[in-house]
Amino acid sequence: MNLIVSNPQGSAMSGSSPSHTVLDVNDLRIEFHGKSETVVAVPTLSFRVKAGESYGLVGESGCGKSTTAMAIMGYLGSTGVIAGGSIRFEGKELVGASARELREIRGRQIAMVYQDPMSALNPVKTIGSQLAEVPLLHLGVSRTEAMEMAAAMLEDVRLPDAGDMLKRYPHQLSGGQQQRVVIAMALLARPSLLLLDEPTTGLDVTVEAAVIDLIGELRSRYSTSLLFISHNLGLIAETCDRVGIMYSGEMVEEGPTGDLFRRPRHPYTQGLIDCIPDITHDKRSRSLAAIPGHIPLPQERPIGCFFAPRCTGFTAGLCDRPDLELEHIGGDHMVRCIRWRDMKRSQPAQLAQIGKAQVQTQAVAVSGLTKLYKLGGDRTLKANESVSFNAAKAEIVALVGESGCGKSTLARIVTGLDRATSGEVRIAGENVAEIQAKDRPRDLLQSVQMIFQNPDSTLNPSHCAAFSIRRSIKKFGIRKGKAAIEERVRELLEMVRLSPAIANRKPNQLSGGQKQRIAIARAFAADPALIVADEPVSALDVSVQAAIVTLLLDIQREKQSTMLFISHDLALVRHVADKVVVMYLGKVMEQGTVEEVFDGGTHPYTEALISAIRSPNPDEKRRDRVHLTGDTPSPINVPTGCRFATRCHRKVGAVCDSVAPPLRKMSDTHEIACHIDATELRTTPSRYGALGQGRA
Amino acid sequence: MATLDIPDAVQVARTKSQTRSNWMRIFYSRTALVGLFLVTFWVAAALLAPILPLPSPTDSDVMAMANPYPSAAHWLGTDILGRDILARLIFGARTVLSVAPLSVAVAMIVGITMGMLAGYYGGWIDTVISRFSDIILAFPVLVIYVILIANIGPSVMNIVIATTIASAPGIGRITRGLVLGLKEQEYIAAARLRAENTLYIMLVELLPNCRSMLIVDACLRIGYTIITIGILGFLGLGLPPPNPDWGGMVKESVTVLNVWPLMSLIPSAALVSLVLGFNLLADGMREAWKP
Amino acid sequence: MVKFLLNRLAMMLLTMLCASFLVFAVCEYTPGSVARKSLGPFATQQQVDLLTAKLKANDPLVVRYGRWLGVLVGAIPDPLQDPSTGLNFKDPRGAQYFGNFGYSTLNKLPVNDVIWNRLGNTAILAGLAFLLIVPLSIIFGILSGLKEGGALDRTLSVICITFTSIPEFASGVFLVTLFVILWPILPGTSPLTSDGGWAIPYQFVLPVAVLVIYDFGYVARMIRVSMIAVMERPYIRTAVLKGMSTRRVILGHALRNAMIAPFTVLLLQINFLISGVVVTELVFAYPGFGRLILEASLFGDISTLEAATLITVAIAVVTQLLGDLGYMLLDPRIRVR
Ligand code: SF4
Ligand code: SF4
Repeated sequence: MNLIVSNPQGSAMSGSSPSHTVLDVNDLRIEFHGKSETVVAVPTLSFRVKAGESYGLVGESGCGKSTTAMAIMGYLGSTGVIAGGSIRFEGKELVGASARELREIRGRQIAMVYQDPMSALNPVKTIGSQLAEVPLLHLGVSRTEAMEMAAAMLEDVRLPDAGDMLKRYPHQLSGGQQQRVVIAMALLARPSLLLLDEPTTGLDVTVEAAVIDLIGELRSRYSTSLLFISHNLGLIAETCDRVGIMYSGEMVEEGPTGDLFRRPRHPYTQGLIDCIPDITHDKRSRSLAAIPGHIPLPQERPIGCFFAPRCTGFTAGLCDRPDLELEHIGGDHMVRCIRWRDMKRSQPAQLAQIGKAQVQTQAVAVSGLTKLYKLGGDRTLKANESVSFNAAKAEIVALVGESGCGKSTLARIVTGLDRATSGEVRIAGENVAEIQAKDRPRDLLQSVQMIFQNPDSTLNPSHCAAFSIRRSIKKFGIRKGKAAIEERVRELLEMVRLSPAIANRKPNQLSGGQKQRIAIARAFAADPALIVADEPVSALDVSVQAAIVTLLLDIQREKQSTMLFISHDLALVRHVADKVVVMYLGKVMEQGTVEEVFDGGTHPYTEALISAIRSPNPDEKRRDRVHLTGDTPSPINVPTGCRFATRCHRKVGAVCDSVAPPLRKMSDTHEIACHIDATELRTTPSRYGALGQGRA
Repeated sequence: MATLDIPDAVQVARTKSQTRSNWMRIFYSRTALVGLFLVTFWVAAALLAPILPLPSPTDSDVMAMANPYPSAAHWLGTDILGRDILARLIFGARTVLSVAPLSVAVAMIVGITMGMLAGYYGGWIDTVISRFSDIILAFPVLVIYVILIANIGPSVMNIVIATTIASAPGIGRITRGLVLGLKEQEYIAAARLRAENTLYIMLVELLPNCRSMLIVDACLRIGYTIITIGILGFLGLGLPPPNPDWGGMVKESVTVLNVWPLMSLIPSAALVSLVLGFNLLADGMREAWKP
Repeated sequence: MVKFLLNRLAMMLLTMLCASFLVFAVCEYTPGSVARKSLGPFATQQQVDLLTAKLKANDPLVVRYGRWLGVLVGAIPDPLQDPSTGLNFKDPRGAQYFGNFGYSTLNKLPVNDVIWNRLGNTAILAGLAFLLIVPLSIIFGILSGLKEGGALDRTLSVICITFTSIPEFASGVFLVTLFVILWPILPGTSPLTSDGGWAIPYQFVLPVAVLVIYDFGYVARMIRVSMIAVMERPYIRTAVLKGMSTRRVILGHALRNAMIAPFTVLLLQINFLISGVVVTELVFAYPGFGRLILEASLFGDISTLEAATLITVAIAVVTQLLGDLGYMLLDPRIRVR
C-alpha cells in the first residue's frame, strides 16, 4: 500500500534497504523545575528516525511531543532539564553537548519548521536578511552569495517573484507564504533532519494541502529525514513512513504507518482514530466514539499504564504494574499495553436511524444579508454580501468556509452582537438583522443563544464556573428562588455530564473540555429555540472534541432546538449538519443538504475543500487532490465577478473575473453560484469515492 | 534564555501554581515581602503615634537648639527650632499615609471611570476622553502640581484635587487598554446575550479582571504621590504648619545642611524608605500575579 | 504623511489653547490682582484701582483671555506697555509683535527677555541628563531583561527600583552631604558663574546626577519588560535554532524589537525632566526654566506662567511627534503595508 500519496518519490525511499539511524532518542526524561515543584513532562521516551525516513509523532496537547522536539534542539528554556537518557544525532550525543557544538548542529544539520510562521519570523527584518543569515552562519559564504542562495531557495518553495520577496517584511506575506519562507529557511543549509512542529496547524485547509505537498516534494529532493509532529492523524498517515503515538509523555504505540492505522492495538490509538469524524460518514451512519475522561496531568499519572483511568480494558493487577514496557507485536509494530492481544478493534457504533426533522416550520430565514466595515479612507471590508439561507426548526445548518469567509460575522449578526448593514434575519417572523443585543426584547434574547469558540475566554476568570449559568437562569426568569435556581444549575451540569462539584471551581482549574461543557450548559440554560455555535470544538483536542460534539448533538436532538453550526472542518460538518452553506469571502458559494453538497456535483470551491481532507484510514480510496494556487484574497479588495476566480481550478474564462456568477438551481434545496452550467456541475466526480457503508 | 512558550510545559506548570490564592502568592516573593515590611512599619508607626511615648512634634526644646544631635531625650536629634525629629517623622507619616492613599483612591475612581467609558464605548466618547487625557498627560506632572497648588493654596482637599487631575488620565489610559482587550472576550458577549446592562458588565464582568493591574498601579501611584507631597513640602507648597511634613522638614533644615546634615538626611531617608516600600510591593505583586 | 503632520500640528495648537486657557483660569485663584503685582506692595489702593480700570482687569475671564491671546499673536499691543499706565514697562521689540508673551510682573521685564535665557540653561542641564539616561537605561534594561529572574536581573532590578524611589531633593541632600560636605570635591550650588571658585563644568555634576538617579531606573524597568517579552517571542527561538550565538541573537534580533515599545517612553523623559528640573534647580540654585516656573507660580506672574506653559506643551507635543516618527522608523509593520 502506498501511503505517501502526495510524494511518490519519497515513498520509494521507505522501501529501500534499512538505512542508518539519523536520530536515536533513548530513555529520554524531561523535567521542568518550577520554583516549588518539578514537573515531569516526559518520563521516558525512545524512538529512532532513520535516514530518509519520515517519522510522525502524534499526540494531543500536553503529551510531550513539542517538548521532545525542543529537547532535540537543546532548547528547553531556563526551567527545562533533560534528566536522563540520551539523544544521539548521527551517532553524536546531544544531551550535554556544549553550546558551540549545538550551534554547529542547529540550523545546519537539524532544522525546524514552526507552528505559527508569523511569529517565527522577526517582524523588523526583511525576509532576505533572515534567510541569508543561515548560509552566512553555516556555509561561510559572502553576503551576495547568501542572498543568491536565498533567492534560489525561495523559488524552490514556489514563492513568486523571489527577488521582490527578499526585500519584503514578514507582515506583508500571507500565512501560507510565511510558512514557505520558514521552510526555505530550514532547508537552506541542507540539513539531514527536519523537525516539523505542527507546520500547518494555523493554516486554512486549502493552503495546508499545498504546504504539505511542498514538504513532500522538497524532502525527496534534498533527501532529508523528517520528524513530523502533529495532532492531525490524517496528515501523519499521509506523510509519514512510521508513526509513534504519544500519550502523557510516553510512547504508547509505534509502527509502520499502514500497519498501525490498519491494526491499531493500543486502546488509545483506537480511540483516537474512532473519534475523528471522517468525510465518508454522516451522523446517521456513524456516531463519534469519544474517549472518556481527560489526559492526566503529570502529577496525576497513575502507576502502571497512564491510560488506565480512561481505558475500558483496565484490569487490576495487570495494568497497574509499574513495569509496563513497549512490546513488539510483530514486525516493527510495538504497543505499550499488557492486554493488547485482547484489544480487538471495536466496530464503531452503528446508529439507530435518526429521523430527519419532520415538521419543516421555518425557524430562521436570512436573506440578502450584507455587512460592511468602514476602514477609514475609502476602504471597506465586505464581511458578508447578500447572504441568504433558511433553517427549519430542529435543523442543524452548518456554515463552512476558511478564515475570512464571513461565517463568524454572520453568527454575530444573528445573535445581535453586531448589526447588519442591510438585509434581513427573520427569527419567528421578525426581522432582527439590525437590532443589537441591548435593544432586543428579553424573550428574543432568550430564544437565541450562542456557544463560543475559545474555551479560555468563554468563562470569566474572576467568577466561578456556574456563575454565568446562574445569572442566565435568573435574568430570563427560567426559575425563581435560590433553591430552584441551584436545582436547575445542577440539572444543567448533569445534562452536560459534569459533576456538581465543578460549579464552584474557577475556570483556571478546569480543562478546556470542561469549560466548553459549561458554555454549552450556559447556552441551554435559557431554553433557546436557536443555538448559534461558533466553532465550538475547534480549540479542543480530538478526543475531547468527539465527546463535546456528541453531547451537543444529543442535547440539540432532545431539546429540538435549531442550530447554526459554524466550522471550518468539513469532515465535522459532514458529521453534524442537516444542511450546509459553503461560504467564501463573504458570499455563499453553495448550499444544500449534506448529501447534496458532499456527494458530488458540487461547486469547485467545495470540491477543493473536500479534497483537502486527509483521513487516517489507510484503505480509503486515494483521492485526487485539487491543487489550489495562492491564498485567499483579503476581504478588503475582493475580486469582482466570482470571488473564487483568483484561485479556481475550473475557471471558465474571463467571464469569471468580471461577471458575478448566476445561481444554479440543482434541486429544490441545492444551489450553486458558478458560471459552469448545471449539467456540467452535476458530473463533478465525488472526491471521496462512494459513500462507504460501515468501515473497510 | 527565557522559557519559551512550549505548550506542554506551560500548561503543566500553570495548573498547580494557580490554585494558590492570589494574595497568598505575594508571600512567595522576596521583593514584595521587603516592601510589605517597610510599608507596614510606617503604617504601624503612624497608627500608634498617639500612644507611643514620644515628645510633642511641635514643641521646641530650647535646650536642644544649641546641640541638636541625637540624645537620650531626642533619639534622632532635634531640628533648627528644637523640635524632636523622631516625633515629627512619625506624625509626618500620619499625614502622608492618609493624604497619599486618599488622593490616589479618588484619582483611581475618576480614572477607572474614564477608562471604562472610553474603552467600553469607544467612538466619540473615547475620542473626547482620550484627547482630554492627552492634553493633561502632555504636561509635566510636577508643573501641574506647582501651578495648581501655588494658585489654589495647599490643603488636603487641594492635594487630592491636584493628584486626581494629574493621575486620573494615566489610570484611565491603563484601564482603557485593559478594557479594550477584555471587552472582546467571549464571556462579555455571553453577558450581553443574557440581557445584562452595561453598568453590570463593567462592574461585575470587566472590573474584577482589571483588578490585579490596577492594584499594582495604585501602589506605584501611592509611592509617587508621597514623593510629590514631599516635593511640594520642599518647594514650600506643603500642608500648612501644624502638620509636620517630611518635605517641609528637609526644606527648613537644608540651609544648615553643612552644619547639621542629619536634620535633612533623616526625613529624606524616611521618605525614600516609605516610597521604596510601595515600589517594591508593587513590583512583587506584579511578579506574583503575572498571568 | 503631510496629512499626518498637519493633523499633529492642529492637535498641538489645540492643546496649547486648552492648556493656556486652563492656566489662565487657575491663576484667577491667586491672591492679588495683576495691577497690584505690577505696582508692587507699596502702591495705594487708589493707584491699583486706577490701573485695574485701565487694564480692564475686571472684564470676564474669557474676554481677558482673548485679549491675552491677541497680544500673543500680535493683533493688539500689550496694555501693560501703554505709557498711560505710568508703569514704564518697555519692550525693546515694541508693544505689538507676534510672540509677545507680555510683561513679567515678577521680573519687571518683558517675558521674552527672561525666558529664553533660562530655557537655554535648562536645556543644557536636561540635555546632559538625557544623554546619560539613554545609554544607562538601555544597558540596565537589556541586561536584566536577558534572563528574567536571574541573579543579574534581580540585582539590577533592586538598584533600579531603589533609585526611582529617591526624589531629586532627597538625592540632592544625600549627594551634597557626601561630595560637598564630607568629601568636598564638588560645588553645592550651580549658579553658572565662576564667582564661587568652581569651574562651570563641575557645577553640572551634581544637578545632572540627581536628575539621572531619579529617572533612569524607571526607563530601565520599561526596557526590561519589553526585552523580556521579546526574548520570549518565537522569532528569537527561530534565531537561536538557526545556530546563532547568544550575542548575535541579542544584537541582531532582540535589540531592535525590544526598543520599539520603550522608544516613546524614552522620549517622554524629556517631558519628565522638565518636572525634575523644578526641584533640582531649586536645590542647586541653578538659574533655569524650572525655577522660573516655580517663582512665577508662587508670585502669580500670569504672563511668565503662560509663556512657560506654551513652551512646555510645545516641547511635549514635539517629543510625542518625534516618538511617533521614530516608532515608524523602527517598526516596519507601521511603515510599510
Ligand atoms: S495496559 Fe490496561 S489500562 Fe493500559 S491500555 Fe492496556 S488494557 Fe488499558
Ligand atoms: S464562477 Fe468561474 S471562477 Fe467562480 S467557481 Fe465557477 S468556474 Fe470557478
